[in-house]
Amino acid sequence: MQDAIIKVNDFRKVYGDFVAVDGISFSVQKGEIFGLLGPNGAGKTSTLESLEGIRSPDGGTLQVAGIDPTREPGKLRNVIGVQLQSAGLPESITGDEAMKFFCAYHDVQPRFDLLERLGLSEKRNAQFYELSTGQQRRLSLALAIAHDPQVLFLDEPTAGLDVATRVELHELMRELQAKGTTIILATHDMAEAEEMSDRVAILLNHKLATVGTPMEITATGAGLTKVSVRTKNASLGASTAPIPAVAQRLSMDEYEIMYSTDIGPTVSAVIAEIEARGDTLIDLRVERPSLEDRFLEITNHKNGSTGGTQ
Amino acid sequence: MTAFLNHFSFEFRTGIRNKQLLLMNYLFPIGFFLMMGFIMVGINPLFLETMTPGMVIFAVLAATLLGIPDPLVNARENGIFRSYKINGIPSVSILIIPALTTMLHLLIVAAIITIVAPLLFDAPSPVNWLNYILVFAALAFTMASISVLIGVVSPNSRVTVLYSQVFFIPSIMLAGMMFPFSMLPEAVGKVAQLLPATLAMNAFNALAMGNAADFAPWGSVIILLLGGLMAFGLAVYLFSWDSRNFTRRGHILLALLFLLPFVIGIFVL
Repeated sequence: MQDAIIKVNDFRKVYGDFVAVDGISFSVQKGEIFGLLGPNGAGKTSTLESLEGIRSPDGGTLQVAGIDPTREPGKLRNVIGVQLQSAGLPESITGDEAMKFFCAYHDVQPRFDLLERLGLSEKRNAQFYELSTGQQRRLSLALAIAHDPQVLFLDEPTAGLDVATRVELHELMRELQAKGTTIILATHDMAEAEEMSDRVAILLNHKLATVGTPMEITATGAGLTKVSVRTKNASLGASTAPIPAVAQRLSMDEYEIMYSTDIGPTVSAVIAEIEARGDTLIDLRVERPSLEDRFLEITNHKNGSTGGTQ
Repeated sequence: MTAFLNHFSFEFRTGIRNKQLLLMNYLFPIGFFLMMGFIMVGINPLFLETMTPGMVIFAVLAATLLGIPDPLVNARENGIFRSYKINGIPSVSILIIPALTTMLHLLIVAAIITIVAPLLFDAPSPVNWLNYILVFAALAFTMASISVLIGVVSPNSRVTVLYSQVFFIPSIMLAGMMFPFSMLPEAVGKVAQLLPATLAMNAFNALAMGNAADFAPWGSVIILLLGGLMAFGLAVYLFSWDSRNFTRRGHILLALLFLLPFVIGIFVL
């Protein structure tokens, strides 16, 4: 907790009778990319908006870079940058105008270089409504980082982006991280969360279901490792020899597929069996459970045990 | 200050760039002025006497009531205010800048009407220019404030149109633009005094155009300014950053308090 730049302690948010977030606690270290995951209505947006100073907590405490977002909104605005999921800009504003406008309120020089970096140099004078969804998101990101914030909140940053832009955005996130920027990444894209996040928190039913590195989270599940094997003579399909630690086995498209609880003994036994049968290995793939698998496992388990989400 | 000027500059350009605002700020008022000049003067020659202030008042009503509230409601509903809040843009700026830029557009339109009306239709010019500008400024400020208040309390675009029309249509009919205020039945005249346009028409006639007043002209200006100040103050107080804000200060019915000076005006003017 010593280098924690974000501290969330027993945070609670209610709207009338509806409990949106029910006492969650976590911290984010300086320079981390921290994924915030959860199904719709789990409490992600309420948590983010409270950290961004848009809403006030109904219980618990929040701190962003040592600042209480509710009590010191003036200080907070220069410390954080936010790329909102919604447009958040007037439809007739141009990229140049938006850059001047927002930088003026942050009391910094306009960063037109960011518009070029994000591929918007030819659209600087186009009105916001004339930009594609991807271009709108890139403009929103450029504005969010123009004042060099310590903490950057990204809400579904790559939704609607093409592959090249998505890769460019991920590179930019890594650059910002290397400069010490802490990034809070709220996304439904599990592959993105797994690839980009140092740690992730999964919110479910308004509570924190789990928090840890993607590796830690995937490792704690019942997740079985998928081993797919293809041989020259397809001899494994006919084999009845037991392969250790295999929970389930099936044949599909010339592949013998096994779900293993212990990958080492399984792979060793498969290779030995292929050699014993005088066959030749053509392809062997080992796929560990993904964050998405684990996410689905957690959400299905919790929903089953609590009677469903909100 | 740089931030405020940047914001002002962008909003002013939006008033020309945005087709809906261009229509309400310029095309509709100037088009209506020309149409009334070419048609109404032939039907009712007396209209010429009050044509210049009447058409300026019409321009103010169109640009403010039909131009200010809807963009504010849309901006709130589309999360633009949330984005402004995150970036430290004060709520007062969000409210005052559209009001000020609309007033600047109106100054241009009012100048066009005031210069063109005598040249094209032989309408009388103001005899007291200072008072003419003063009454125009008071009306523009008050209507801009009321329009901002409508934008703040209106939950959506449909209701915004309804609220705006509550002022717009009666103002056109009863404020003295189409026919003299003195022709109204007494009870209707009292109701008409609740409308800022009626007070402005009375003040224009007496203080700027050299005509007779229907009721106290300087009192009308004071009531106008008090109503405008109350409307803007209430707009700031009732302002909400987004529609999901469950902690709005005060009830929206408080907005009706801005009518208080006008109600008092019925009895004291």
